[in-house]
Parts: sequence; C-alpha cells; structure tokens
Amino acid sequence: MRVIKRALGVLGVLICVAVILLVWRNFRDEDAHPSAVADFAQEEFIARGAYLARVGHCAGCHTARGGAPYAGGYGVQTPFGTVYASNLTPDPETGIGDWTSDDFWRALHNGRSKDGRFLYPAFPYPNYTQVTREDADAIYAYLRSLEPVHAPNQAHSLRFPYRTQFALGVWRALYFAPGVYEPDDAQSDEWNRGAYLVKGLGHCSACHAGRNTLGASHEQLDGGPLPVQGWYAPSLQSAREAGVAHWEPERIVALLRDGVTAGASVIGPMAEVVHGSTQYYSEADLNAMAAYLKTLPMDDPPPANFDPVRRSHYARGERIYADHCADCHGEQGEGVRGMYPALADNRAVTLDTPTNVVSAVLRGGFPPTTAGNPRPFGMPPYATLLSDEDIAAVVSYIRNAWGNQASSVTAWEVQRHGRGVRGR
Amino acid sequence: MQRNRLLSHTRVFLTALLASLCAAASAAPEDTMAQRMRACTACHDNQGRQGSDAYYPRIAGKPYEYLYNQLRNFRDGRRQYPLMAGLLHEMSDEYMLEIAHYFAALDVPYAKRGGGTLAPEQAARARKLVESGDESRRLPGCAACHGDALMGVQPAVPGLLGLPTDYIRAQLGAWHSGTRKAASPDCMAEIAQSLTSEEISIVSAWLSSQPVPADAKPAPRATREAPMECGSVLDAQKGER
Repeated sequence: MRVIKRALGVLGVLICVAVILLVWRNFRDEDAHPSAVADFAQEEFIARGAYLARVGHCAGCHTARGGAPYAGGYGVQTPFGTVYASNLTPDPETGIGDWTSDDFWRALHNGRSKDGRFLYPAFPYPNYTQVTREDADAIYAYLRSLEPVHAPNQAHSLRFPYRTQFALGVWRALYFAPGVYEPDDAQSDEWNRGAYLVKGLGHCSACHAGRNTLGASHEQLDGGPLPVQGWYAPSLQSAREAGVAHWEPERIVALLRDGVTAGASVIGPMAEVVHGSTQYYSEADLNAMAAYLKTLPMDDPPPANFDPVRRSHYARGERIYADHCADCHGEQGEGVRGMYPALADNRAVTLDTPTNVVSAVLRGGFPPTTAGNPRPFGMPPYATLLSDEDIAAVVSYIRNAWGNQASSVTAWEVQRHGRGVRGR
Repeated sequence: MQRNRLLSHTRVFLTALLASLCAAASAAPEDTMAQRMRACTACHDNQGRQGSDAYYPRIAGKPYEYLYNQLRNFRDGRRQYPLMAGLLHEMSDEYMLEIAHYFAALDVPYAKRGGGTLAPEQAARARKLVESGDESRRLPGCAACHGDALMGVQPAVPGLLGLPTDYIRAQLGAWHSGTRKAASPDCMAEIAQSLTSEEISIVSAWLSSQPVPADAKPAPRATREAPMECGSVLDAQKGER
C-alpha cells in the first residue's frame, strides 16, 4: 500500500514537473522584443516589407492556386494531414485586419496566433523565429497595405492526435526554441547576412534538412525527403549532392536568380522557390547567401552500395534514350549549353535516391521563367508517353552511362512515384 | 604517286569529317520556339491524339487568346489536369502569351476523322441545339458564339469541329459538374449546366461527326451579337494583345 502511495506521489510530482516544463517551454521569450516602429504606413518601410515577404516566399503558401495574393486557402500536405494557410490580407473578419504588430510578431517569433492557439510548424516559424523584430514589423506593414480580401480560413484536416493543441504543445516543448539570429562576430557582415537569410526568412532547412518521425527538422542542410511531393531536397553539405563549396559564387547566384546556370538547373519544388522568391532577391542578398552556403561544413557519407544494372535493362534503356532523349540531352548525355542540362556527370541524376530523376522524367517541366531565363526550353511529361518499365530502364541507363554510377530503378519504384503524378 | 594517294585519302577523310560535322550541327537543337515547344508537341501533335490517360487535342491554329486563357486556366486551377498544371506552374503570363501566339499561327490542314453515329431523330435534335439552341429555355445555339462554320472566332472562341466525341463530352461534362471553369462570367458553365446529360452526349457526337474542311480556320471576327456575356471574351476585348 505504502509503495503504491509513494509511487503515485512520485508520479504526481513528475506530472507536475512535466506540465510546468511544457507550459514554460511553450511560452518562452514572449514580449521580450518591443517594436520600435512609429509609422507602419511609411512607404519605404512598406516597400521593404514587400521585399522581405518575397524573400520569405510567404505567398508560396498563403496564396491558393489562381486565388487572390495572400488570401490563404492553399493546402500544405504533410504526412500528418493537410494544413491550410491562412488569410494574411487586412480583412478584419477573416484576415489579420485586427492584428497588432505585437500579434504578428508573436505568430512569427513564437508560433502563437492572435487567439493564443499554437500554430502548426508547416508555417515555418522554427525558421522565422530567427527574423528580427524590425524585419517582422516591415512585413506586417506590407501586409497591412494590401487590399483586404474576405476569405474565411479553412480548417486544417489533420489526423488524431496531431490535430490537438496538446500534441502540438508537446511537440513545441520538445523541438521548438524561439530566438532571433545571433550574428557570429568571427565572420564577415556578408556571411552573417547570408546565414540570417538561409536560416530565417529563406527557411532553407524546411526542405533541405531531414525530419524525424514527428516532423521536426534540425538546422543541418544535409538533405531531406519530401515524400508527399515526390521529391528529395538534396544535401547542401555534400559534394556528391548539391553542396556548393567548390562552386564560384557567381554560379550560386545565377542558379538562385535565373533558375539555370552552367551545368545545373532547378526542378520541382526548388523551381517554385526560384520562381516565387529567390529571383527577386537583391544582388547583395544573393551574394551573401552564396558566401554563407559556400562555408557549410562538408560531410560526404560514402556512396550507397548497389547492384550493377542488369544488362538487358541497360540495353532497353539505351534504346529508349536514343528514341526519346538524345535529341535534346545529346548522344553522350552532354546536353546543350543554355538549353538542356547535361546528364553525364550531373549530380541530380546520380543521387543515391532516384526520386528526383524519376519525378523529372514522369512530370517533365519547364525551368522557372525568370528575368535571366524568360523563355525556357521544356521537357515533356513522360508519365503518359512511356510505360513504367520503359521509364525504369531509361533512368537506370542514364544513371549508369557515360561514367555515371548509381543504383538502377525498378518499374515498381516508377509506378509508386507515378501515382501522385498521373492524378487518375 | 604514293603522295597523291595520301593526299586524296586525306581529302576524302576531311570531306567525310566535314559532312558528318555538318550533319551533327544541323541535328543539334536550335534556339527556336519549335524547339522550346517540344515539351508540348510530344503529346499535342498536329492532329490531336488519344493518349493513355486523356485525349490531347490539337492546338495548332486555335485562336491565340483561347490558348492563352487555357494555359492560365490550367496553371491557376480553373481546369484540372495535373500534368498540364505541373508544366505551367512556374511560367509567366508573358511566356504563355508567346506560346499561345506560336501555336495559333501554325497552319496545319485538318485530317479526315470519323465521328460518332446518331439515329436520325437524335441527329436532328443535336443539330437544332448546335445551330439555334432552345429558345424556350433561353439556351443559345453553339453557332451564336463559335461561328456559323463552328470553327471558332478570333481571338478567344475555339472551334468545335475536328475533335473526338469523348473529348467534347468530357469538357461539357466537366463544366456541367463544375470541375472545368473559365473566367467569370462563365457562360459555358451556365450553358453546360442547363443541358441534360443526354443532350451533352448527342451534341458531342454530332459535332464530332461533322466533316472539317482541310483549310478550316477560325472566323476573323464575330458576325452577330453575343447572346451572353463571357469572361474570357471580355478579357480579350479589354486586353487587346
């Protein structure tokens, strides 16, 4: 009896401690950054906010396809369900018309809404928390200047227990720590600006970092699968993936600004990022980002082991390549400069996971239209032109021709990817 | 003698080399719109084609404003086809307009195609709906907007001939159920929603069974007053691209 009582007592204390910890961890660092802005209607300040909203790619989620800008409604698909982005226009009823700059700051910095509810980290506040109060105020000023749009927010559609505030509170206690970016005095101003952009508004780690089973990511940009979208955001810390330590800074800048550069182009979700965000970065900010990205610690895991591609599979792929691909990508996979990427010695082709190359073949696409590349050359979506077996063979071929070396791909893997692409 | 043979060998070799270089150069992709649009023409060939999942209609020679509207509609979610939406997701309006002009300017004769068959009574009803509509339901005929020849009207109204039954039926059906939309006011949605599914079937079959003159083209301008307001036509008048 005494033992049970004591055990219950200990349990009670533990629960109390856990609750205190949970509350403390969820409400840290609030009200510690008062606004210094006197006039939110000042034109220059609004223009700065417009720029920063683009830097943060806010409209990428807060605009539904074909909908009014910033009026919300786009569904961010996650492994836990769909999170619908909210209306950021200053409509008093359905948008943020009655929000103060303090309310906006708390959402961005602490991940809590005006009504006090915890926000889902599909809104990347684990990144945005690093943004300064002044920058947050500028974005607030810009959003206030928009035309109000009456568009009620759509309720999230998440599975139990993820849809509860309690589960979210536990998640936040475990994985979220608010804190503005702290410059590293040992580094240049440019480097610090780059780090601030990459970690904060740019929220690169939202895709380029791995996530644990509860969807929490870390700060390392070591590559992250985007399973729902059918892509993989390659590691920026690996020379075999998308690390840029050995690149000229101009090439990094060109890729982020134009979507294409010598020997590389953006596809999939990164095309979206360039189209909606990085093409509008100032030259100084692009240079800063490049300076920082070049210094990421390089950590190259050994290549995965794989069985050599079957000879018949390779031969079939070679035939399909000659019929469908060689006209543009070249007989030796050499590509055409300024038009079509080379496939020989192309890191995107030989990533350990074939996700991106399979997705690219299935979906085809155009590089994003940008000022530097306004009339891009496109690739047809092969999802309906070739069978899964043929796509598997041709992908296996290009992953192993002309000196490339990577695992081969099965029709089953192609079929798995194709489900999300064909849409019927 | 020896030297002469060597020279002639060299000459043959050099000529062959030059010829192969020229051949390689002519086969290399060129900086043209046609080359850029290979992403499109792989499916949308000159006559339209039934693919494994959908019908890819012919786009050559359609009115440019119509094509421009469709590109934007796919990108912005007013028409539903994931592969098209994906291709256009990161594309500017300016490039879409250039693409629309490119395909609109292609002059490709129409091939003969067989259409659906209808009982004479059905064919007569379908023909009446197409040509003059149904006044009792305030339903205009297709010809009122799509032109007396049903080959469309510049710059924004598409032709209705030269398309397979299934494709036309699918489009009218999608408007009927609300999955296909156009700029507001969406006149086609209103029309499709007032048609019965039987009427959609017979109209689709009748349209697809009409012969298309090889040199058929959209009419340069409307010859009668439009019976309804259509957003995509109004946009075209406003824009005057």
